[in-house]
Amino acid sequence: MKYDIILSGVGGQGVLSLAAVIATAAAGAGYKVRQSEVHGMAQRGGAVMAHMRISDGEIYSDLIGKGCADMVLSMEPLESLRYLTWLSPEGVVVTSTNPVVNIPNYPEDADLTAALDKVSKKTLVDDKTLAKEAGSLKTGNMVIVGAASSHLPVGMEDLKTAVDTLFSRKGDAIVQSNYKALELGSRVS
Amino acid sequence: MSEYVVLGDEAVALGAIHGGVSSCYGYPGTPSTEIMEYLLEYSEKNSGPFASWSSNEKTAMEEALGTSFAGKRAIVTMKHVGLNVAADAFMNAALLDIRGGVVVVVADDPGMHSSQNEQDTRFYADFAKIPLLEPVNQQQAYDMTREAFDLSEKMGCPVVLRLVTRLSHSRAAIVTSGPKAENPVDKALNKMDWMLLPGNARRRWDSLLGRQKDMIAYSENSPVNAFSLNEANTKRGVITTGLGYNYYMENRSELKDNPSHLHIGVYPVPEDKIRTLAAHVDELVILEEGYPFVERLIAGLLPKDLKITGKLDNTVPLQGELNPDNVRPALALPARETAAAATMDLAGRPPQLCKGCPHDDTYRVIKEVQAELEESTVTSDIGCYALGALPPLSVPETIICMGASITAAKGSAEAGLKNVMAVIGDSTFLHSGLTGLVDCVSSKTDVTIIIVDNETVAMTGGQTTILPSSRLESVVKGIGVEADHVITIEAHRRSHDKNKDILRKELAYKGVSVIIAVRECIETARKAKK
Repeated sequence: MKYDIILSGVGGQGVLSLAAVIATAAAGAGYKVRQSEVHGMAQRGGAVMAHMRISDGEIYSDLIGKGCADMVLSMEPLESLRYLTWLSPEGVVVTSTNPVVNIPNYPEDADLTAALDKVSKKTLVDDKTLAKEAGSLKTGNMVIVGAASSHLPVGMEDLKTAVDTLFSRKGDAIVQSNYKALELGSRVS
Repeated sequence: MSEYVVLGDEAVALGAIHGGVSSCYGYPGTPSTEIMEYLLEYSEKNSGPFASWSSNEKTAMEEALGTSFAGKRAIVTMKHVGLNVAADAFMNAALLDIRGGVVVVVADDPGMHSSQNEQDTRFYADFAKIPLLEPVNQQQAYDMTREAFDLSEKMGCPVVLRLVTRLSHSRAAIVTSGPKAENPVDKALNKMDWMLLPGNARRRWDSLLGRQKDMIAYSENSPVNAFSLNEANTKRGVITTGLGYNYYMENRSELKDNPSHLHIGVYPVPEDKIRTLAAHVDELVILEEGYPFVERLIAGLLPKDLKITGKLDNTVPLQGELNPDNVRPALALPARETAAAATMDLAGRPPQLCKGCPHDDTYRVIKEVQAELEESTVTSDIGCYALGALPPLSVPETIICMGASITAAKGSAEAGLKNVMAVIGDSTFLHSGLTGLVDCVSSKTDVTIIIVDNETVAMTGGQTTILPSSRLESVVKGIGVEADHVITIEAHRRSHDKNKDILRKELAYKGVSVIIAVRECIETARKAKK
C-alpha cells in the first residue's frame, strides 16, 4: 500500500497543521510516513505546497513523482489547480471552495468554477460554513481533512486520536470543535 | 533505543546531542535554522549543551574552533551562502590540530526555495581538503552527525555535513542510540599547531596533505558508499549522490537491466570503487543533487571511450533540484501519465509582506519621497524586506548578499548617484552591516541608511536578534555617525507624514544619515500574545 498526497494552500492558512494531523494519524495506524515541507520565504502569503507519502513499505523519495499522487488536498480552490500534473489519472482533488484573494489578477468565479468542473474526481468543500457550524472558524482545515477521510488509508478513529494528540494541550473545547469539524467534513461528498 | 519523528534538521540536532556535543553555534538561515532551534530548546530544558546564536556565520565558526581548542566537541550550523561569510575561518580551520571534534553543518538550497544562489558545499570541503558526509534521509542525518564528530577527531580536522532543503525540511521517523558523554576540558597541547604563522601553517598544510590518503581509505571502506556490481550487465552503471539516491530508488523497479550501482555519501570520493564500476560498463549515468561535482571529477579519472550521462551532457538538468521525474530521461524511462495538464492559465501567487507589516509602512514612505525626487536609488538586503521588491511596492534595486545594501549604496553614491538609500534589517545590520557603516563614516559618504528594525530575525521564523533593538542607536553613534543624523522613527502609518519629512531632511544632508525605523514584526507580536 502506498498513498501519496499533495497538500496545497496559501502561506498562513495552516497547511502544515493539516498535514500534521494526517501524518500523525497514519503513523498511529502503523504506516511509514514522509512529509516534505516548505519553510522560509515561500511561506509569506505565497503559494505553499507539501508532499506527504504514506506507505507500508520503504519510502525513498521525499517528493512525489508527476502523475503519481493519489490526492491533491487543498485549502484554496486556485491552489488546488496548480498541482494537477502531480495527480495520477485515477487521483482525486479535495479542495476548499473559499478563495484567498491576495493577488491582483485572481481569476473570476466563473473561470475558477469552469476549471474545477474539468477535474474528473473531486470533492468540493465549503469549509468556512462547516467550520462555523463546528464552533470555530479555525477548524476549517479539519473540515477539509474530514472531507478527504473516505479516501485516506486511515480511519476516522485514527484521525480523532491524532487531533487529540496534537491539540489536547489547547484544551478540551478545541479538541471537541475539531472532532465536530472532522465529522461535518466527512459528510460532504 | 528510542524512535522520534523529526525534520532532517532536528535529526542532526539529536545526533549532535547524543554525539557528545558541548557547544552549538550558528546563524539563522533557511533551510538550516531548525537545527539550532532544536538545540536551543533542548539546552534550555536540560541545562546544556551550551547553545547560542552568533552575530554571523564567521563568528559562529570561530567560536566552535575555540571550543575545540579547549578539547570539546562543537557543532556550527548555517545555510550554504553562510559558508561564504565563514570561509576565512573555515579554510584555515582545516590546518589546525583538531582534537575536540568540529562538525560544520551546511544546508544547501538547490532550487533556491529561499536563497540567492544554489552553490554546492561539496566544493568547499574539497577546497579545504577535509571530509564531507551527505545523508539521504533523516536516519542517516542522525547517524552521520555522530559519525562526523568521531571522524573529525580521527582525522584531526573539521568535518562538513551537507544537507539540502528537501532533507532539512522533510519529516520521518528515526531510531536513536545511547548518548556519548561530552569530552572533558583538555586544552590543545601544542600551541604551534594552533597559531597559523607561515612556518606553522606550512607544516600543518603538509600534515593535512599527508592525511588525504587516510580520508580516501575511510571513504573507500565506508558502508555508506555502497557498491553493488552486476556482473551480467556491462552496458550501463549508475552513480548517485545525495538525494539522487532516493529518486533513483524510486524509479529502479521500472528498470529491466538491474544496473550496477555506486552511491557516494562520504567524501573525498572512493576512487577505486569508481574505477572498478567504470571499467565494467559502457555508460555511466550520474544523478547528483547539486552541481555535477562527482561527474566533473571523474570525467578526468576515467577512460575517454566511456559514455557519461548526467548534467554535463544536459540529460539531467544543470539547474534546480533533482526530483523523481527529472532523473527519468537519464535512466531512459518515459514521463509518467498524469491526470490533467493545467485546466487554465493560473495566476502566480508570489510570497509577500504580511498584512500590517512595519516594512510595508517604511517602503511606502520611501516610495512617496522618491516620487518627489528627480533621481534616487534604493539598495536592499537579505530578509523579509526583500519582498518589497515585488509589486505594488517595487522599491529596492539591488539585493546581493548579507550587508551589501550599505556597501553597494556607498559605492554607487561615490560613483555619482544621488539620493542613495540603503534598506537593511536589524539582524542583517548586526550580521555584516556594521563594517559597511564604518566604511561610510570613514569616507563621509552621502548615504541614508534605513535600518528597518522589527526587533527579530523574521524571515527565518522569528529568532531573537543578537542585540536588543534599544542598543542600535548607541551602536550607530558609537561608530561615529553624527548624533543629529541618527534618528529613530516609528514604522507605522500614523507617523507616515512625519517620517516622510525626516527622510526628506536626511536625504538633503550631504553625509551619513541613519534612520532606525522601529516596530515589532507583527508575526512575532502575534506569537508572543499566544
